[in-house]
Amino acid sequence: MIGDDEIRRLKIKARDLRVATLDAFGHLGVGHIGGALSVIEVLTILYYRHMKIDPGQPRLAERDKLVLSKGHAGPALYSVLADKGFFPKEWLHTLNRGGTSLPSHCDMRRTPGIDMTTGSLGQGMSAAIGLTLGNRLNGSPGKVYMIIGDGESNEGQIWEGAMCAAHYRLRDLIGFMDYNHMQIDGYCRDIMNIDVPEEKWAAFGWFAQRVDGHDFAALDRAIERAKQEDVRPSMIVMDTVKGKGAFFAENNVGNHNMKVDEAMAAEAIRRLMEEVL
Amino acid sequence: MGATTEMEPKEMRVVYAETLVRLAEVNPDVVILEADLMKASATGIFQKRFPDRAFNVGVAEANMLGIAAGLSASGKIPFAASFTCFSSRRAYDQFFISCNYSGLNVKLVGTDPGIAAEYNGGTHMCFEDLGLMRNVPGLVVFEPCDPPSVAALVERAAAHKGCTYLRLHRKPIRPIYRDGESFELGKGKVIRDGGDVTLIAVGAIMVPEAIAAADLLKADGVSAAVIDMHTIKPIDRELVVAFARKTRGFVTCENHQVVNGLGSAVAEVLCEACPRPLRRVGIRDEFGEVGTLDYLKGRYRLTAATIAEEARVVLEG
Ligand SMILES: Cc1ncc(C[n+]2csc(CCOP(=O)(O)OP(=O)(O)O)c2C)c(N)n1
Ligand SMILES: [Mg+2]
Repeated sequence: MIGDDEIRRLKIKARDLRVATLDAFGHLGVGHIGGALSVIEVLTILYYRHMKIDPGQPRLAERDKLVLSKGHAGPALYSVLADKGFFPKEWLHTLNRGGTSLPSHCDMRRTPGIDMTTGSLGQGMSAAIGLTLGNRLNGSPGKVYMIIGDGESNEGQIWEGAMCAAHYRLRDLIGFMDYNHMQIDGYCRDIMNIDVPEEKWAAFGWFAQRVDGHDFAALDRAIERAKQEDVRPSMIVMDTVKGKGAFFAENNVGNHNMKVDEAMAAEAIRRLMEEVL
Repeated sequence: MGATTEMEPKEMRVVYAETLVRLAEVNPDVVILEADLMKASATGIFQKRFPDRAFNVGVAEANMLGIAAGLSASGKIPFAASFTCFSSRRAYDQFFISCNYSGLNVKLVGTDPGIAAEYNGGTHMCFEDLGLMRNVPGLVVFEPCDPPSVAALVERAAAHKGCTYLRLHRKPIRPIYRDGESFELGKGKVIRDGGDVTLIAVGAIMVPEAIAAADLLKADGVSAAVIDMHTIKPIDRELVVAFARKTRGFVTCENHQVVNGLGSAVAEVLCEACPRPLRRVGIRDEFGEVGTLDYLKGRYRLTAATIAEEARVVLEG
């Protein structure tokens, strides 16, 4: 069980990562703010509680790996990797600038700590399966974590992978679906209704759970349970808020990729810093 | 709103969407498909006007092209759009088999071609689509360079019996042509005549660069012709041969790999019909990367200066 102190530590960390992410977008002026801010809690609990990684040895074979299949949320992950020391924090202000090591979508050839290149939705799912099979062949104990979007789950490749991971009994693959209920063109239920996703994952043979994706205690319980599975791959469907923590983005269907100027970012940061955690 | 002159920049995607609405008003068979990029294609106005004839299938490009094939086999004229990278690389087999091999009538659209992907970066930067599409038997492949040519060529594509691939720049572009200018698929446009060297360009980024290059060359006393080769396939052989006879060589200009794009298409015509020196400006066996349009133009040397430099090499050679 996760204690209150630990939850408070994670909340503060998540707040700081939101601030860093908003600051990076504000510095650039635009970005995929909605989908970046909805995964802050899951990234926080993975990188600051569950994953075995060593920023000094980003390519260590035995490490746990993360595939951010919804690769446009890269900037949220960059805030984590910078904080962990994979690269200098100053890099965050180079987001999307010509010649940068931090492009809008995750790129394993450019960014230390990125385990898989993503951005073409659906592809991370299959790559995560390959990493898990690779660990098995190499006798490596590492877990593979994967984050997919709800809109991303429109892609057939997600369901090809769903069938495959269950077939190969990939219990070391732990997936998260960021169910923020929005994709680019609108609410998922209006564009392509995914309805009750955990039922679909269960039907495909996964250990499926559904939790509040901003609740550390719930996330922690779900991850602990997933780790205890000895046959099935896991999917943790997280109810989240797209644009969580940015007053101008929450509940705004236009928040997928939007203008974020310095004043907007500063005001959002000011409000975050005022919250009592 | 104040009076706007004809030559103000206009969003190419808006011209695309408005043209489809116009076509759909008179032809009930015109339908559209989108894959969660309807906002990006600006076809919301079509959906509003014809809600039953607009299908947003979610983030599922392969599915979209298969559905388009079925709609076409039912007598519809589907226009299906996504970013260039997903329209071509992601759904190529579905477009190839279900649409083209099956002899159907699907109009595929790829937006944000090449460096126009800008902040979406390398994963979204498609320098391969013209090559992929040129290899599909019988497919008409075109890339208009300005708003009037988008309107005219989309109309032509709708009237064409068979599949087409439209490479569409989405953003605001200043018109080169007058509204109402006539265009034919497969017939290039001579934007500027010239006697020393021929610059053949395609698309909203490279045609203006080629015109600017012709100006640079003119200052040096070189007379450069500029051709807008809006249709890559079928390529306008007659026009290429005519300029092979009257100028000393060619520079091709494309926001695409030089392999199997415009440069290759022109080289094939020249080698078979009338050999002349040719230099190709375009992407040289590289992947894309993130940045602003200006940064990327410099990074990949897609500039008037590069074109002029290559023209001088042609003339000195
Ligand atoms: C194959 C593919 N098609 C289209 C896109 C363009 N695109 C980027 S994000 C997105 C919507 C994704 O929605 P979702 O997975 O729900 O993302 P989130 O809400 O978490 O930001 C789309 C269509 C893409 N990146 N990849
Ligand atoms: Mg979503």
